[in-house]
Amino acid sequence: MKATVESKTFNDFSKNQHQEMSSTDVIHILDNIINEYSGTEGALIPVLQSAQNMLGYLPKYVMIHISERLGIPYSEVTGVVSFYSYFSTIPRGRHVIRVCLGTACYVRGGKEVLEALEKELSIRVGETTEDRQFSLEIGRCFGACGLAPVVMVGDDVHQRVKPAKIKELLKQYEGAGNE
Amino acid sequence: MPEIIMNGMKLNPADNTTILDAARAAGIKIPTLCFLEGKTPLGACRVCIVEIEGSQALSASCCTPVRQGMVIHTNSLRVRNARRMIVELLLSEHEGDCQYCDRSEDCELKKLANELGIRAPKYTGEKTGSKIDDTTPAIIRDSGKCIKCRRCVTVCNAVQNVGAIFPQGRGFETTISPAFAAGLDSVACVQCGQCTAVCPVGAIIERDHTKGVWAALDDPKKHVVVQTAPAIRASLGEAFDLPPGTLVTGRMVTALRHMGFDAIFDTNFTADLTIIEEGNELLKRLKTVLVDGGEAALPQFTSCSPGWIKFAEYFYPEFLPNISTCKSPQQMFGALAKTYYAEKKGINPEDVIVVSVMPCTAKKYECQREEMYDSGYQDVDYVLTTRELGRMIKQAGLNFIELPESEMDAPLGMSSGAADIFANTGGVMEAALRTVYEVVTGRPLPMENLHVTPLTTLEGVKTASLKIEGAVPDWSFLEGVEVRVAVAHGLDNASRLLETIKDGKENFHFVEVMTCPGGCIGGGGQPRYTTDEIRKARIEAIFKEDEGKALRKSHDNPAIIQIYEEFLGQPLGEKSHHLLHTCYQKREKVLQ
Repeated sequence: MKATVESKTFNDFSKNQHQEMSSTDVIHILDNIINEYSGTEGALIPVLQSAQNMLGYLPKYVMIHISERLGIPYSEVTGVVSFYSYFSTIPRGRHVIRVCLGTACYVRGGKEVLEALEKELSIRVGETTEDRQFSLEIGRCFGACGLAPVVMVGDDVHQRVKPAKIKELLKQYEGAGNE
Repeated sequence: MPEIIMNGMKLNPADNTTILDAARAAGIKIPTLCFLEGKTPLGACRVCIVEIEGSQALSASCCTPVRQGMVIHTNSLRVRNARRMIVELLLSEHEGDCQYCDRSEDCELKKLANELGIRAPKYTGEKTGSKIDDTTPAIIRDSGKCIKCRRCVTVCNAVQNVGAIFPQGRGFETTISPAFAAGLDSVACVQCGQCTAVCPVGAIIERDHTKGVWAALDDPKKHVVVQTAPAIRASLGEAFDLPPGTLVTGRMVTALRHMGFDAIFDTNFTADLTIIEEGNELLKRLKTVLVDGGEAALPQFTSCSPGWIKFAEYFYPEFLPNISTCKSPQQMFGALAKTYYAEKKGINPEDVIVVSVMPCTAKKYECQREEMYDSGYQDVDYVLTTRELGRMIKQAGLNFIELPESEMDAPLGMSSGAADIFANTGGVMEAALRTVYEVVTGRPLPMENLHVTPLTTLEGVKTASLKIEGAVPDWSFLEGVEVRVAVAHGLDNASRLLETIKDGKENFHFVEVMTCPGGCIGGGGQPRYTTDEIRKARIEAIFKEDEGKALRKSHDNPAIIQIYEEFLGQPLGEKSHHLLHTCYQKREKVLQ
């Protein structure tokens, strides 16, 4: 594992590989990421994003390490993490579903799409299915208001989603890798 | 210089002035709940809004710069109505148990609501509810009272470079707290209490020790002694609306006597003792390096300020060997009160209760550190802030302003002027130089009035150097040595100084660090609200107290000479080592 870790940049890692990665490996990759930002202002958010991309969420030891390395107080790091709904501090499912409830999506039925997803997956917002396949979250505008209502699954954007089509939408992700 | 019109008056404020500053300079009052002098304005509370002609929305005056030709109304009906609504909204989320609140007397929100004529709750909606954080010895936080003005965040981050608190979460659910709204004990809080000094409401206060003190005073079996820090005498008067910088030493002693303390002593006594111990420690380090060719950590740092100690333990553990092993004067006093004094008086030390009055919240933390039980008991039992003593004097029914003056008791109440100036930034350094220079050369410090003027200002980091000439034979190895000293106050300033020392950019022999801006006179436990103007007034008062003393140097204090003869033996001797010195520990910044 170690050898492959060193040969890859973080972008090559698909999410949730953390299940196979030791914290030493994680810190090693994290340090490489942080080094790329050394001396640049405003490094915190991109570093947090990279860390979450790598692990699927932000464990405490990762946030503490980022705080130490960037010289930003831990309380400030968690302040930023807890401000943005994008960041998560609890492990998430293989696929993170984010339902946009920005104004346009809300008006065009985002709420109903969300309810349908909650029913179909038997979880509520912020929760993860028992089989760790899906996590459900709310987004606040993805900047795709013309396509409302919008649902993101991982990095895929699904436009004009209808509650009746939810089952179909989920089907393509069941058992699939995280793409 | 732009020309503006404010409330019909023509004004010419300086360039780059904000509307708020321009108004203040012109004697126009604009209320604000988040503004902090000298810090980047946030515009968080919105209370300082004003109307600018030609601009549709009202603007926050604290963060709007003046521009040529601006016509501003700070108090139009539209402004007053909007301001009232903003305060009504703040009140709607605020857990206002005013009659029971610590800040009942000086709550800025309550005062402003009253000024604006708010007589009934206008909006009654959901509240976030109170979550009390009492996880640390000195600071209590109540999230329900917090109005999210972020003054505490500014002082904790920008002034103290500690960063224990920050807004967590977003919107209605935001709390100002350590990571994930946990207790202060989960992060690197140095307990300095600057947050308690700037909070406009009762959301952050010091832990109350008044009840314990009243109970001890009421217990006939207990012999209750009190020590007062030098900074108290220049600020306690403010609790009774006396102008900042009024010296109230004599009235304070009378008040303490009325309250029933068995002996009124002075932390000044152990400040003098600190100079003897710490001065000898410095000379010993210098001798080790310069004569014996040995190793000793230089520069030596002062150790009087417990917030600074905790800060170094968290953030600069590499400098711990440099910090003087001397306990702070408060802790030296406690250790001696329960040994030397108890012995002298023939009292069982178990029955001696030591109460401190400090301008400081970190002293509440310090007194319960595990290293502070060298007398065989907790050396200092209770620590009152200046604010708490003010409250107790009122509870005792005393008319403080009218009290006659009286003197402290011997022997632990005797002190020199050098001890008084421990209250000021640069003061410990000056006091040390007064003694060290004289010990080494046999002549008094060659400065007018014994003041090291470059070290007395409010500049964040100050340096000075002093060439040793005509050293007496014992210290001849110091002949011609240029002694370099530095002084920092406020932990952000201290961090800057430490970084230059770390990088090898500057070298010093002796460095004074005080946790709070201005030194102890600007401590976290002082009457609110401390501005630079008030700091200067207190500093001046302390110098006046010093200059008025017959003895100005610690080594001239006869009670100090006596305690070495009767009890301690010699400076840095075995007894001193046991009772007056301590050690430090590296600490993890985040509780895992």
